[in-house]
Amino acid sequence: EAAMELPPSHYPASRAAALATGYACYRRGSPGRGLALRAVRRARRQDIDDAGRKYHLELVLEDVLDKDSTVNCTAEVLYHLDNKKIAPDVQFTIEGELKNTDEADNIFYNRIKTLEKELVAENIPDSHGNVSPEMEPIHLLAWVASGYVIWQNSKENTKFQLAQIKRVKQVKRSDEYLEFDYLILLHEMVSQEIIPWQMRVLWHPQHGVQVTQDSRQPKQASE
Amino acid sequence: DQVLHIVPETFQQVQHLQHLCSTLPLDLWKPLLPEDIWAGKDLHIRVPAPLVQEVKDSLDQHMISYKVLIPDVQELVDQSMPRERSSHRQVPEGYVYTQYHPMEEIYQWMTQIQKSNSELVTQHYLGKTIENRTMYYLQISQPSDKTKKIIWMDCGIHAREWISPAFCQWFVKEILQNYKSDPKISRFLQNLDLYILPVLNIDGYIYSWEKDRLWRKNRSPHMNGTCYGTDLNRNFNSSWGSIGVSYNCNSEIFCGSGPESEPETRAVAQFIKRKKSDILCYLTIHSYGQYILTPYGSTTKPPSNSEELMHVAEKAAAALMGKYGTSYEVGPTSLILYNNSGSSRDWAHVIGIPFSYTFELRDKGIHGFVLPPDQIQPTCEETM
Repeated sequence: EAAMELPPSHYPASRAAALATGYACYRRGSPGRGLALRAVRRARRQDIDDAGRKYHLELVLEDVLDKDSTVNCTAEVLYHLDNKKIAPDVQFTIEGELKNTDEADNIFYNRIKTLEKELVAENIPDSHGNVSPEMEPIHLLAWVASGYVIWQNSKENTKFQLAQIKRVKQVKRSDEYLEFDYLILLHEMVSQEIIPWQMRVLWHPQHGVQVTQDSRQPKQASE
Repeated sequence: DQVLHIVPETFQQVQHLQHLCSTLPLDLWKPLLPEDIWAGKDLHIRVPAPLVQEVKDSLDQHMISYKVLIPDVQELVDQSMPRERSSHRQVPEGYVYTQYHPMEEIYQWMTQIQKSNSELVTQHYLGKTIENRTMYYLQISQPSDKTKKIIWMDCGIHAREWISPAFCQWFVKEILQNYKSDPKISRFLQNLDLYILPVLNIDGYIYSWEKDRLWRKNRSPHMNGTCYGTDLNRNFNSSWGSIGVSYNCNSEIFCGSGPESEPETRAVAQFIKRKKSDILCYLTIHSYGQYILTPYGSTTKPPSNSEELMHVAEKAAAALMGKYGTSYEVGPTSLILYNNSGSSRDWAHVIGIPFSYTFELRDKGIHGFVLPPDQIQPTCEETM
């Protein structure tokens, strides 16, 4: 079936774009670099028999730490048929170079490696939206890792965003990797729900970010 | 005196900091007590001038890194002191519009604003919340012998959207500070009255300060007190309960037990119904997303004056972008976001108010509901 042009500002395009951005951020992000969606420039949709629905997107992504730094990104998102309980397929290409974050990554890596006691923190950002400079890489790491959770759990009628890190605990490791256990809060736009999600995140400057285990948590009983 | 910002990284560092606090006359700003100093948590500590060097040396010795948050406390204190009484001092002295304020302070602010601007501002009773708190709106009205059309703006219908009440307060301040000197504003007020409700969902707002930062709904009890809160923006009488809602109290989009079941909704609806023939424009301020949304949420069928509505909104978005380059998308909720019924904006249009808009302020999701205070000013300035 031929691809149909979609208005870029309407929600079918923006939901697929959010998913693609999360995935791209997961693949390319680090504690020194988070990517966010700046704009949808173009969107098309195509029904594929026996497979699902495919979105063709032209996006502009921005660097979370430097809003003036943007790149163009083309992406394809395939939402599988409902009966197949698998995550959407995402493919993307980023035009041009992303800022090199080796130096910042290495500084963060060494800082954590030389801590005497495992890092523990809560509420990032705090209620007023503040993130201390020391915690910014921890924040970005969660932003990048949440891209994985968003990718794995998105459907055409959902749009997820990381709302806040409830708590993070460093996990001791004997090898060269850094590992953190996060409890994050995801905001789902359509239902407006805040969903707690736990994830184990592995990172090394040369090996990228990996979510090795994750699980949805029950909402705390409201008082 | 200086204020230092430290994030202790190890337990040993925490212990050393606690030791410093107990042996030297240091002033803990955050946390309040030495026993609440934790690794990974922000520490703000005021150090008296004669001890600054000694404390810094000690921190260096223990490899504790610090930043100077305030290099000269006295200077800051002097700056925030009330200046000479001038005719421009129309707003409460020292009220910081670039910070988020708890409800107690907003109540005080409203009283102050009316007192210092009594020729223009009157505070009025609107109704009571489910927890029996009083809802007030401010009327900004230039005395004149002609009847004026009304622009209504409400903020804070959803508790967690803190930038929204911050915007209402900013808006009032801007109008009052500039109506004499700015010809656009003074012409505006010659022809229009402004009615501003700074916080619609007062109980929810307080709850988001005290218990759950990401709370959205009001605090009405259901199911024998085992579940709380109705989404006030699904509770208005516009296709109530038909789409984009939940009938389950546990949901964030629970539409309530019936249209206008909530006292907050009724307070607003009754007032607007009474004044509707004079209301030209209904504005409701939310976050986040950066949108100017037009009716409807419950259907994609466009409203009768859709062209005009879109035209005005597009001009607004362009003007907004002119300030800091921030882009806002414009269009009906049912196409841009999702389907929803029972929204205040849809209801206002349905009862006959021609210009009805929902503003979703900054940002697009990087901070979402927890927008840092340094974005209050640019957000408010561009939205003005």
